[in-house]
Amino acid sequence: MKPKILIITGYGVNCEAESSRAWELAGGSPVKVHLNDLLDNPAQMRDFHGLMFIGGFSYGDHMTSGHVFALRVKHHLREELQKFIDDKKIILGVCNGFQTMTKIGLLPGLNGEYFEPKVSLMQNDCGHFQNFWVNLKFEAQSPCIFTKGFDTMPLPIRHGEGKIFTTDAKVIEQIEALGCAAARYADADGNPTKDFPANPNGSLNAIAGLCDPTGRIFGLMPHPEAYLFPENHPNWDVQKLNGTLPAQGLGLKFFENGVKYLVG
Amino acid sequence: MIYRIEIGLKPGVPDARGRGVIGRAKSALGMKIKACQTRDVYKAVANIKKSEAKAVQLGFADAVVARSALGRLKAPGSFDWMLEIGFKPGVTDNVGRTARGAMADILGRELAWEEQVYTSLQYFLKGDLTREDILHLGKDLLANTLIQTIQVFSKEEWLAAEPDLTAPIFDDHPEIKVNLIELPDNDAALMKISSDGILSLSLDEMRAIRNHYLHDDVKVHRTELGLPQWPTDVELECIAQTWSEHCSHKIFAGTVEYKDAETGEEELINSLYKTYVKASTKKVAEKIDWLVSVFTDNAGVIKFNEDLHLVYKVETHNSPSALDPFGGSMTGIVGVNRDPMGTGMGAQLVSNVWGYCLGSPFYDKEIPAGLMHPRRIRDGVHDGVIAGGNESGVPYSRGFECFDERYLGKPLVYCGTMGTLPVNVGGRPSERKEVQVGDWTVMCGGRIGKDGIHGATFSSEELRTESPAQAVQIGDPLTQRKLYEFLMEARDLGLFRCITDNGAGGISCSFGEMGKYSGGCECELKDAPLKYEGLQPWEILVSEAQERMTLAVQPECREAFEKLAKQRDVEVAFMGKYNDSGYFTVKYDGEVVASLDMDFLYETGCPKLHMKGIWKKPEIPTPEKARGGNRTKQLRQMMGRLNICSREYKSRIYDGEVKGLSVVKPFVGVNADVPSDATVMRIEYDKDRGAILAEGINPWFSDIDTYHMTASVIDEAIRRVISVGGRLDRIAILDNFCWPDPVQSDKTPDGEYKMAQLVRSNKALYDYTVAFGTPAVSGKDSCKNDSTRGGKKISIPPTLLISSIGQIDDVKKAVTMPLKEAGSLIYMVGVTKNELGASEWNRMLAEEQGNPWNYGGDAPAVDAKAALAIYRAMNKAQDEGILLSSHTPSKGGLAVGLALICMGGGLGAEIDLSKVPMVGKQKLKDDSILFSESNSRFVVSVKPENAARFEELFAGLPVAQIGTVTADKKLVVKGGKGATRIDTDLETLRKPFKKTLYGI
Repeated sequence: MKPKILIITGYGVNCEAESSRAWELAGGSPVKVHLNDLLDNPAQMRDFHGLMFIGGFSYGDHMTSGHVFALRVKHHLREELQKFIDDKKIILGVCNGFQTMTKIGLLPGLNGEYFEPKVSLMQNDCGHFQNFWVNLKFEAQSPCIFTKGFDTMPLPIRHGEGKIFTTDAKVIEQIEALGCAAARYADADGNPTKDFPANPNGSLNAIAGLCDPTGRIFGLMPHPEAYLFPENHPNWDVQKLNGTLPAQGLGLKFFENGVKYLVG
Repeated sequence: MIYRIEIGLKPGVPDARGRGVIGRAKSALGMKIKACQTRDVYKAVANIKKSEAKAVQLGFADAVVARSALGRLKAPGSFDWMLEIGFKPGVTDNVGRTARGAMADILGRELAWEEQVYTSLQYFLKGDLTREDILHLGKDLLANTLIQTIQVFSKEEWLAAEPDLTAPIFDDHPEIKVNLIELPDNDAALMKISSDGILSLSLDEMRAIRNHYLHDDVKVHRTELGLPQWPTDVELECIAQTWSEHCSHKIFAGTVEYKDAETGEEELINSLYKTYVKASTKKVAEKIDWLVSVFTDNAGVIKFNEDLHLVYKVETHNSPSALDPFGGSMTGIVGVNRDPMGTGMGAQLVSNVWGYCLGSPFYDKEIPAGLMHPRRIRDGVHDGVIAGGNESGVPYSRGFECFDERYLGKPLVYCGTMGTLPVNVGGRPSERKEVQVGDWTVMCGGRIGKDGIHGATFSSEELRTESPAQAVQIGDPLTQRKLYEFLMEARDLGLFRCITDNGAGGISCSFGEMGKYSGGCECELKDAPLKYEGLQPWEILVSEAQERMTLAVQPECREAFEKLAKQRDVEVAFMGKYNDSGYFTVKYDGEVVASLDMDFLYETGCPKLHMKGIWKKPEIPTPEKARGGNRTKQLRQMMGRLNICSREYKSRIYDGEVKGLSVVKPFVGVNADVPSDATVMRIEYDKDRGAILAEGINPWFSDIDTYHMTASVIDEAIRRVISVGGRLDRIAILDNFCWPDPVQSDKTPDGEYKMAQLVRSNKALYDYTVAFGTPAVSGKDSCKNDSTRGGKKISIPPTLLISSIGQIDDVKKAVTMPLKEAGSLIYMVGVTKNELGASEWNRMLAEEQGNPWNYGGDAPAVDAKAALAIYRAMNKAQDEGILLSSHTPSKGGLAVGLALICMGGGLGAEIDLSKVPMVGKQKLKDDSILFSESNSRFVVSVKPENAARFEELFAGLPVAQIGTVTADKKLVVKGGKGATRIDTDLETLRKPFKKTLYGI
């Protein structure tokens, strides 16, 4: 049976088409549900095995990115979300979805607390939105089920607020100790870096993606759903000539891992 | 009650926004600020208790990094000045609207109409600064005083002041009334009515309106409805909007007496639009079968595959962007999104394009009073289109900038959107437009306010000091995104019969336009949702408040339509019904306030303009020849010139990859830092067929001859598509004319010449679209791009943007411009001529020689027949997969082209200029070969083993191997007798190329 994935749409999030396509290609069965329809009937979440908070500009990024969307989700879906987590289902957030998840508190989700925000995704050090490709290095020891077996991967970033930040050093320590920093911005050689532009936003410890300690809840700033085709890569023309063009876009692997986890 | 909520970052949290202010103040104003901390202020006007307000305050702040307070947040420890910037009453406050929604969620109830949230921003500044400095910072960098308020406090003043608890509530309650406007038989009085009311109606038009109201059948009709004999203000405003140059394109519709003083030929042209633009498309249509809907709808529609059509439209938004660069340009992009949305049964949005013609951001001479510095305009325009495009979830594909000081008075802001229409909607062709008698007249999306009143008539005027502030509209991408998703859903459920955009002229235009399909329309203005009270009926009718679409909804669908709209949080208003009365009738509170004969309004009423154009070739001196023969230094210099250098810094702030369909992106190459010839994208996730977007623009060629300018930009737009692998037989173009006023008058003593330039441009448009078989499927003209400020008139150079849309059967076979392999052979395709007129080279020489306008010479011409043979061969070579790379030289000619393909590939090249194909046996000077901007040329690279096949495909055509690709990252160009013309490593080319506009 294909696992059912809930994709929440509406209020300015806008990656529903490619996110849906990604889950389909990975063998899942995505269903797009408008936030208002979900809030009308939160219990429908029980029909799903996975949930995705997609990228975009929920509420125009007003009042800081993801904030207002998170406010609504937290107010209306808290019980169902807790049940979703307790049932060992999976949750993925990309870009604005990741921002929303941190503002809800789903990430990093330390100590089983999923509704107490511990970190924030703040404005990039450069002060504005940016779109270019970065190289990611994945944490081998991370419990993250989405990044299992990954080493490095190029993906595009498209955000203005992607800097992981907190004033509480203990939170970062705990994140590191538990392997929750599943993805980091790295230089061309795969070494995590603080330096712009390889690290596009100045994120603490070069963190690009965070999971909760169970590894089933994961969010990242770069866009794996924007790399489903080999020709999405900015150097596909060269890769084609030198024989390194992959058969499918590498971003698909995140979704395949998610489906693999669910079907067991 | 008004509650003030202040939110600021916790100590120790870096304030990137504040740092940005420091950086911008330094680079734009030369102002040194030591520290800047920012805070968000929300003023919540709501019937709530303090405890509820506290909950709102806590809900608004991100507690991880920010602290908040009800009332005043403790001042930061160290600051000298506090600058607070808020909105003026009635101005769109998007963040405030979102905050209002958040407040409703926190309170757990729906809010009353008057419960609102107003936002402002505080800057706590430290530095050796005076009050004047802070005012300067506010007025000239951070705020636009047309729409925003500025408050400055010294530290002491701030600490002593009570927290400000006033909100910019729009609280104007004039008497709501409909005025009668008597039209006397007196020219001066008629013109006074037009100019006092910013109606922009000419004397002929005022006379025509007066005569109409004197007609017996008009009198009878009015008596029957109980209307007075003379027009109401509602009617006169409606006529003025409909007849505005912006809406009815009178210059393109009028008659022109054209005389060519060179040849002595004279002709009478009955409408440039009909004679050239429309006629050319009709002519091309005889030979092709892929045009679906052209010129009749909001955007052009062409066939793509068995499932989808492509829809494309490019607009300009110049005047609003001059007044408020951010709001005006945001409205430009969000507004042009509504054109595909309102085409046929409503198209899905796929990709945006943008392009700006501006004064130099480094302009250091005096700016005429009332105009903004071009750098400020540029920043605002970019920020507006970035916000509008990014927040709408539509990736950009193309972006360009042209810099010339003649754009100082009026910036040109082009915004375009490509979309897709399913071939069938509801089992029938999706391009249909039909309305039945009895269908509801529906407005949906945003609310109506004073914003954008007189936008259409105002943009039909030149920019004056007293240009009305309310002509500024501010886009709201979030409201439009909700509207868009709702409309796509409603379309697929069959919940409406017809749709169109609400743009210039507001519902006065869109209701009437839709009414044309059924033969009449009646609406009730009281049913329109308003942003605030106090709008006069005529203001409701002509407001250009944004994010609105007009629909025809079948009576049986009303309930389902309203239900879905409510569920999607989209406002809809059922304001009347379509009928077949022949009249556009408007009521206010049940009383008829306007009833206009639609035939008079749209077809027969507006008198035609009669204009003259006299062509005399201008004499422009040519620059002196450059000294010496080695051009390495000049090429490096040219790479950094404003119109050549990299636009990457700003472009990267636009989202180019949402939807994940891009194939050839705006920037390509091993470092992804050189501009692509054209962009290629998939349209569907399960197919490899793609669409290609490119453009051609060159205002400098206009100085020599707009005929060749037009031919050149059409050719450029086409050959860019060919270069990446687009099919020659599936290219359509859009024409966007931006002209200085071409009507002879006291204000425009050279109108006859400017009109002749417009005629010649149209002639070339006809000649070349027909010759190439590339139909113009949509377009727009804007013919009042002049500004008179401080007694100085600045007119733009005639500027024609040609945007091309092409198709490729398999995107995996797209060709990119960077060199790919050392050892491969470099071929030059097409003929290079001595065409240095208005080239980047001549302009550089002219500037250096102190006569910046002396860049004469021959402008590049186009030989369409020769070009077509080349394009066909290029198509074959691409199809066979033997092109490793392909680039079509443009500004800066072959020299810049070579630099770009080397930089892109991270590879060098050795080039022999003597091999470059020229006309017959003619030998050109090396400077001409290097820098001539001749059209229809390509520089391609081919593997040695494919050379024979390549040459076979191009047999009989002007093609020659001019060099080879090398691994040593050096560009070496030899000229006549083997002399070295260029010898440079790539980094010294890349550096100036990337430096000029980096961080600017």
